[in-house]
Amino acid sequence: MRKLVRDTRLLFQRSLMYTLRNLVWVLLGLFQPVLYLLLFAPLLNGLHAPAVTQSDALESFVPGLLVMMALFSTAFAGFNIIEDLQGGVVERLSVTPVSRLALLFGMILRDLLIFLIQGALLLLVGTLMGMYISLPGIFLLSGLMILIGTLVTSFSYGIALYLKDGTILSIALTTITQPLLLLSGVLLPLTLAHGTLRTLALLNPFAHAVDAARTLTSGQISDPSIWQSFVIFALLTLCSTTWTMHIFRRAMA
Amino acid sequence: MQEQIIETQQLQKTFKVRNRRGQVQYLEAVNDISLHVEAGEIFGFLGPNGAGKSTTLRMLTTLLPPTGGQARIAGYDLLREPDRVREHIGYVSQAGGVDKHATGRENLLLQAQLYGMSYREALKRTNEVLSLLEMEKIADLFARMYSGGQRRRLDLGLGIVHRPLLLFLDEPTTGLDPQSRSQLWEEVRRLRALGTTIFLTTHYLEEADFLADRLAIIDGGRIVAEGTPDGLKQQISGDIITVNLNISAGDFQRAQEVLHGLAFVRALHLVQRPEMSQGDEKQLHIHVDHGEKRLPAVLRLLDQADLGVLTIGVVHPTLDDVFLRQIGRSLREASPLC
Repeated sequence: MRKLVRDTRLLFQRSLMYTLRNLVWVLLGLFQPVLYLLLFAPLLNGLHAPAVTQSDALESFVPGLLVMMALFSTAFAGFNIIEDLQGGVVERLSVTPVSRLALLFGMILRDLLIFLIQGALLLLVGTLMGMYISLPGIFLLSGLMILIGTLVTSFSYGIALYLKDGTILSIALTTITQPLLLLSGVLLPLTLAHGTLRTLALLNPFAHAVDAARTLTSGQISDPSIWQSFVIFALLTLCSTTWTMHIFRRAMA
Repeated sequence: MQEQIIETQQLQKTFKVRNRRGQVQYLEAVNDISLHVEAGEIFGFLGPNGAGKSTTLRMLTTLLPPTGGQARIAGYDLLREPDRVREHIGYVSQAGGVDKHATGRENLLLQAQLYGMSYREALKRTNEVLSLLEMEKIADLFARMYSGGQRRRLDLGLGIVHRPLLLFLDEPTTGLDPQSRSQLWEEVRRLRALGTTIFLTTHYLEEADFLADRLAIIDGGRIVAEGTPDGLKQQISGDIITVNLNISAGDFQRAQEVLHGLAFVRALHLVQRPEMSQGDEKQLHIHVDHGEKRLPAVLRLLDQADLGVLTIGVVHPTLDDVFLRQIGRSLREASPLC
């Protein structure tokens, strides 16, 4: 166990060093949500009736953007492992006595760290634009985001190691994330959806995440949708990481 | 008796693949690989591309589980204690596996620490390796900026940073220019001098001939010959003493009679050398067991018989001849890229 911790730390440092040398990617990941925030959010005022404050519109939109960022900025993490795989790095590491899961955990920790920083920055921009969020709300929201981030990253690494090809991976990830995003109520409230679309949205865990995130932002921390989301994502994350761990163990012999 | 650092018994690898129609097929990559390597020697694994060299190597380095057979590496059972095996071996793959986004020094530091060294120990060892491989000047450049030869040296560094007992090299000089190749050969010899056992695969004859103390030839997934380079070559055809005489055909008759009586002469052939344009220059090929040893006797006899020897030389068989004899085709034919 101590070996796993030490090896994970070493490989986390490696991944982090790479990211610090390529900060432009971190900024790009932040670019889309901030852009939406600055250019799209003000338009939402017109959809709510009766007219509400800027703060209310932001309280509805920003948590959604946070979930969108959790989905998009982490979904393509898998590409990091493709490069390592094709360059022979995974093979080289497999011959060392390094813990088989240290590479995975090191990368996930790095991705989570970056995502949390990006999220904090997003919330900061939102707050500066007039959004209000309670402190317990932020705490629980971070917890939920960590779960979602872990789910998406581990799934991304698992699929990347399974497919082993960058082009196919790109197509696969886009095909999976786009419907999830559209059916999550991030861009427009799902109350506008009818029939089949509504049902599909209810099956989308990210729609529940958006709900929970919005509830948390508005300060209602005892709402049932919150613990429901935690349970859903805890289970999904457990499945995803278990599957990815299995794929990693197999890949590293 | 010297300690055997690698000992395998009937190692076998069969791959299960699906063909185009979705049916499962069994592809036998290697079979009945039984070999042994003594501590401190350079062992060569020679064969054409697709012979099964890399598959065997990947099994020995714990990357690929064998489907049959057993092996003991560095004193540990390959199947039951792969982790212990990993602690004592180094591996330099064809791809190398260098982290291109980090510097050479950072690559070595991480590798050393992954083998359990503390940061301080790793720093010290990294400097040692950089000095050994003459990489101090480029140590702090990003690895993606290295030339092919420099990258190969870093690959080697990553393989030896933890002072392994046994180092596996997979086609170490493929793609290198002649100068880098010689440099790498020197590094390998230096490593052996320091006590490291080296197992290398190659499809280059000269490499196997120059480096290996002992070698095994693999083709079609099986070992077809094993021994020292000289031993293998001797088994095949022995040497040829070539004599150029500037005399008429009649004297060749005399030469043949004189030499035929010698016990060590296996055959005599008269060969017309196409490049020679002056006069009657034909070349006599005397097939013997050991060229240099028999040369003085041959020269003396020809002299006593008053035959004018213009030039005399010895031609040694090559590993290609060994290959040709064992497999029925030349290694050069089998690997057009040689």
